[in-house]
Amino acid sequence: MVMAVFVVAAVLAVVSALAAVSHRDPVVNVLSLVVTFFCVAVCFALLGAHFLAAAQVLIYAGAILVLFLFVIMLLGAPQTANDEARRPVQRTAGLALAAIVVVGGALLALTMQAVPPAAPVGSNAHAIGTAMLTTHAFSFELVSVLLLAAMVGALVLVRRKQ
Amino acid sequence: MAAELIVVAGKLLVLATLLLTAVPVMVWVERRGAAFIQDRLGPNRVGPWGIIQPIADSVKLLFKEDVTPAGANRWLYFLAPMISVFVAMLTFIVVPFGDGKGVTILGVPLGSLMVASELEVGVLYLLAISSLGVYGIVLAGWSSSNKYSLLGGLRSSAQLISYELAMGLAVLGVILATGSLRLDEVVAAQSGKPWNVVPQFLGFLVFVVAMFAETNRLPFDLAEAETELVAGYHVEYSSMKFAAFMMSEYINMVTASALVVTLFLGGWTLPGVHLEGWLGLAVSLAVFLAKVSVFMWLFVWVRWSLPRFRYDQLMRLGWKGLLPIATVNLVLVAVGVALGWKWI
Amino acid sequence: MAPSTVHFVILAALLFGIGAAGVLLRRSGIAILLGIELMLNAGNLALVAFARQHGSLDGQVFVFFVMAVAAAEVAVGLALLVAIFRKQQAIDVDRLAIMRW
Repeated sequence: MVMAVFVVAAVLAVVSALAAVSHRDPVVNVLSLVVTFFCVAVCFALLGAHFLAAAQVLIYAGAILVLFLFVIMLLGAPQTANDEARRPVQRTAGLALAAIVVVGGALLALTMQAVPPAAPVGSNAHAIGTAMLTTHAFSFELVSVLLLAAMVGALVLVRRKQ
Repeated sequence: MAAELIVVAGKLLVLATLLLTAVPVMVWVERRGAAFIQDRLGPNRVGPWGIIQPIADSVKLLFKEDVTPAGANRWLYFLAPMISVFVAMLTFIVVPFGDGKGVTILGVPLGSLMVASELEVGVLYLLAISSLGVYGIVLAGWSSSNKYSLLGGLRSSAQLISYELAMGLAVLGVILATGSLRLDEVVAAQSGKPWNVVPQFLGFLVFVVAMFAETNRLPFDLAEAETELVAGYHVEYSSMKFAAFMMSEYINMVTASALVVTLFLGGWTLPGVHLEGWLGLAVSLAVFLAKVSVFMWLFVWVRWSLPRFRYDQLMRLGWKGLLPIATVNLVLVAVGVALGWKWI
Repeated sequence: MAPSTVHFVILAALLFGIGAAGVLLRRSGIAILLGIELMLNAGNLALVAFARQHGSLDGQVFVFFVMAVAAAEVAVGLALLVAIFRKQQAIDVDRLAIMRW
């Protein structure tokens, strides 16, 4: 049953990822990526990381991709044709590199020592919150400074010179 | 195992019935309520007090011609209202709408009347699903190939994501005081002390205002008003797709009212009433419905009493008004919880 | 049979490869950013899978930080794209050739 859910989520994730990087309409790319992110959230939930699954939908699908959609619609982004066919060397090299990455990752995974997964303890949100604010408090503060810097940077970049 | 599935299916059935019958009831309440506020009678011919009017309206919408604009992206045009309705109905499964303490159906103890009772990240799920509601609107605006639609869609989405922040902070205050992300524990934590509306009044105000903005209701309905932007993102929709948008709006209203009631007003509890068994179940359900109806009436009342916000006033209120107030509320709650105040 | 760590890591590798192909083969700035997001997600998936295998929550906290960093990076990246678009009315990264020899 769990395996069936995983297989469906995995197949859907790969298919929509392919659509996300290859379709010519940028809005369809973004929507396919929403589906991919949803499937990845399902995988997180299968792994017992419920907080991360909800955070994934909230942050990635609900905010980051909406930002993408806004920019696409505001820029009136044209549908760029896949004219990489004009540069066959780069295209082959890119596909070969991607294939090497996939095969390498798969081989690495298959030759791993099979350690049975440990059982998750307690409420996921509670545990992550505690860990984040005690062991990793410094990184937490740094990330908030980073987000502030990104906000200020983005505002500065799109300001019109008056 | 099968008994648990049947219980969950039963809860889902009750929930779906509640939500789908709320739509025609709300249409009737809206039209009669608007009429009485405007010192006229409203529809009263189609049945006793006009209660069959919403059915007549649905039949009319069903028979209207389903037009698709010429330059529209067909798939996105078809998908947008479906996303709106789907997301609107999905948020309700983490809201407890009653309590079946002491009731066992087919050998399974009923517990709290919440469909997704094993989901431990209830509130986070809610925020995640409601942030997906933006897609229905922005896709409707984009795929209609109409510049007013696009403007309305973009404005409405910007409004939604701005008020989501203030809403999330107000909810965070409640979660901080409760100590758990599950909504049935939020309700349980409010028994024995004053409901959350009393110690977290600022949060309650912020949440109610943000709720009006999130459901695109007056005074924040600039993006879809008929007199502005030619009805905004659903101008090119007709027949059942338009009905789908209207349905999603009313279901969003029901969900928002249910959330206010659960987070700030004690959910299905009444102070001093602790019943068990089937009687307790019925009483809790009735109390919940009564409280939700009060807020549904508030939606209608405010719609026909207040003027509309201009778009820049709306954004200024969201970012410069509600966000600081919600932050202050959160700080106060945090101080209260840290100092161990009993009534926070 | 429940899906084990190997299944998740292979899925993550696949998604990463697809994202990498997207970044290398597309000319539109938005498509490149989408590929980067896909790669980040694939990394997150692998992190969570390994975190469960070792029974430690550090992987999940790391994933949360990666999500925050990705959000910051997307915001700045899209702001850059908007600024570029104002200059040259297109988001074709091949045309950003001012500093090439």
